[in-house]
Amino acid sequence: MKDRSDLTPKEINRDLLDFPLHKPLWFFGVSLVFVTFITAGLVTAGFLIMVGVGVMGIDRPAMWAFLITNFVFWVGISHAGVMISAILRLVHAEWRRPVTRAAEVLTVFSLATAATFPFLHTGRQWRTMYWAFPYDFWRGVWPDVRSPLIWDPSAIFTYLTGSTLFLYVALLPDLAVAREYAKGTMRKVYAVLSLGFRGTTRQWRLQALAGILLSALILPVFVSVHSIVSWDFAVALVPGWHSTVFAPYFVAGAVHSGVSAVATIMALMRRLFRLEKYITPDHFDAIGRLLIPVACGWLYFWWMDFYFGIYSRATDEVAVQFSRTFVYPYNVLTPIFLLAGFFIPVPLFLFRRVRRNITAMLWLTLLVNVGMWLERFIIIVPALTYKQPFSFSWTAFSPTWADWLMTLWAFGLVLLGVLLFAKFFPIIPLYDIKEGQTIKAEVQIGRVKVPAVVRE
Amino acid sequence: MAREMARRTAVLGLFRSAEATADGVDALRAAGFRDHDLDVLTDSPFPEGAFGEREIHHRLYVFPLMGAACGFAVGMLITVGTQMSFPIVTGGKPILSIPPMINVMYEGTMLGALIFTVLGVIFESRLPRRLDRGYDPRILRDGLIGLEVKAAGDQVDAARDLLRQAGAVDVVGAEREPDRAH
Repeated sequence: MKDRSDLTPKEINRDLLDFPLHKPLWFFGVSLVFVTFITAGLVTAGFLIMVGVGVMGIDRPAMWAFLITNFVFWVGISHAGVMISAILRLVHAEWRRPVTRAAEVLTVFSLATAATFPFLHTGRQWRTMYWAFPYDFWRGVWPDVRSPLIWDPSAIFTYLTGSTLFLYVALLPDLAVAREYAKGTMRKVYAVLSLGFRGTTRQWRLQALAGILLSALILPVFVSVHSIVSWDFAVALVPGWHSTVFAPYFVAGAVHSGVSAVATIMALMRRLFRLEKYITPDHFDAIGRLLIPVACGWLYFWWMDFYFGIYSRATDEVAVQFSRTFVYPYNVLTPIFLLAGFFIPVPLFLFRRVRRNITAMLWLTLLVNVGMWLERFIIIVPALTYKQPFSFSWTAFSPTWADWLMTLWAFGLVLLGVLLFAKFFPIIPLYDIKEGQTIKAEVQIGRVKVPAVVRE
Repeated sequence: MAREMARRTAVLGLFRSAEATADGVDALRAAGFRDHDLDVLTDSPFPEGAFGEREIHHRLYVFPLMGAACGFAVGMLITVGTQMSFPIVTGGKPILSIPPMINVMYEGTMLGALIFTVLGVIFESRLPRRLDRGYDPRILRDGLIGLEVKAAGDQVDAARDLLRQAGAVDVVGAEREPDRAH
């Protein structure tokens, strides 16, 4: 961490509360674009509910396609919050400070968005609630916990509640600061939300403990959520899904796409909110270095899945892997996802100059997520479209306008959510930055001054 | 004793540096103020013991354990209850099928632990509270450090003097809530 500037508490408050307390014109323009995406999605969802899931490109035998791809993709992105926030908090990584909140916010909105997809996918949305939640005492119809599709809501509900609470607890001190700067109704809102926080030593001590405890509690939930998402596939008997490495494979992929998404959001925030003093090339350097082993782990699991698929010489498994590799359009999409997800960005992350180039990192991390979306598509669709001996009704999957608009809806929902959050709350934790300024020091070694951090 | 406690008022000294605040804490202790009469307010966390403050006692660790136990119980109730109430054999699995129950019970356990931890943090932080005394907006706005003293009777003036002598840039509190005993 070399790029550190000396900032006073007043300066930090002014810089980081500037966006929540003022309204730049671009905010309205950008929000309008996202609102358009969401409206298009809402209209599509309404049409889907009215007419049926047939408006999507799904047809026998591929009944899972874009909606489920989007679900898995956004659940994956939601793993950013835990990876960045909880793990880096537990290991006291100093570079976490300006990054944690954006990661947590991204988690909450991407997870909430992901949850809409299986709901729409079920086809009879008005019945979905009593499939998933035990409330229908009148009819005596209860969720079947033996179905993996019931594990999903329980895992997502736990992760979403936990992430939201995690975000709120870490936000409490900053809400108290915002309370002192805001006027009118917003002041009252901040006053209620901050619960009268005033920064006593007891409150700070408990804040620190809360960070550690909640991180430690949410980590096992993080692992379970994507494992359970993978079991939606792995406990089925569909060739190409029935793999024991699916849970770690999915978790590694989620971390890869989630951490990349955090880098993308950071680059955008830095530019839009003028946070150059707080988000520096050092942070991108650190994320780039983190992404190298994460991406290698993900590629390793992908290879395990592919390798054991063909090594078994089971006809169905081999046929699915063959389809993923040689049958159009998957023979085009598979190299694209491998190039975009690993072989283009990761070798470039090896270069310090690339990692410290924020524009390059923005585009490379976006590329990773293009690859990761395609990877989820390749996992799901070719396995279903494989023509088994008793497939009498068979069509290849082809996305319709509804598939594309629902994909756009997700991007609109997540990005508008993050933008609105940043509009009302500090997107960088004020107290964390101030603490970093308090405990930083410089040590003179020979003729150089080396930045150091004082730790208890 | 209860009446004396009720008459106590909060005097708040505002300091620019951690060193001056720590000096203020020492001076107040030397004058006979007890540890639980003193509190330091800052805009960000400082290393433990920076102001010579006493160790904080709390029961935060009990909360996640209680929450986990409650969550586990609810998870078990849901998984057992729903299967017993709607006993349809699916996939050849027994009615009380343990492996899938573990997934739901695990999520229930973790959810309980997470919710109770947050409740514990709020409860142990003595929140929510009103900000009518023992607080000044300059602490969070300008980064000043507050040293709060709970005092009664003659101690109020003594505390104000000690805070000023220690280098407080301002002393607030007592004038907003006059000591009714005198």
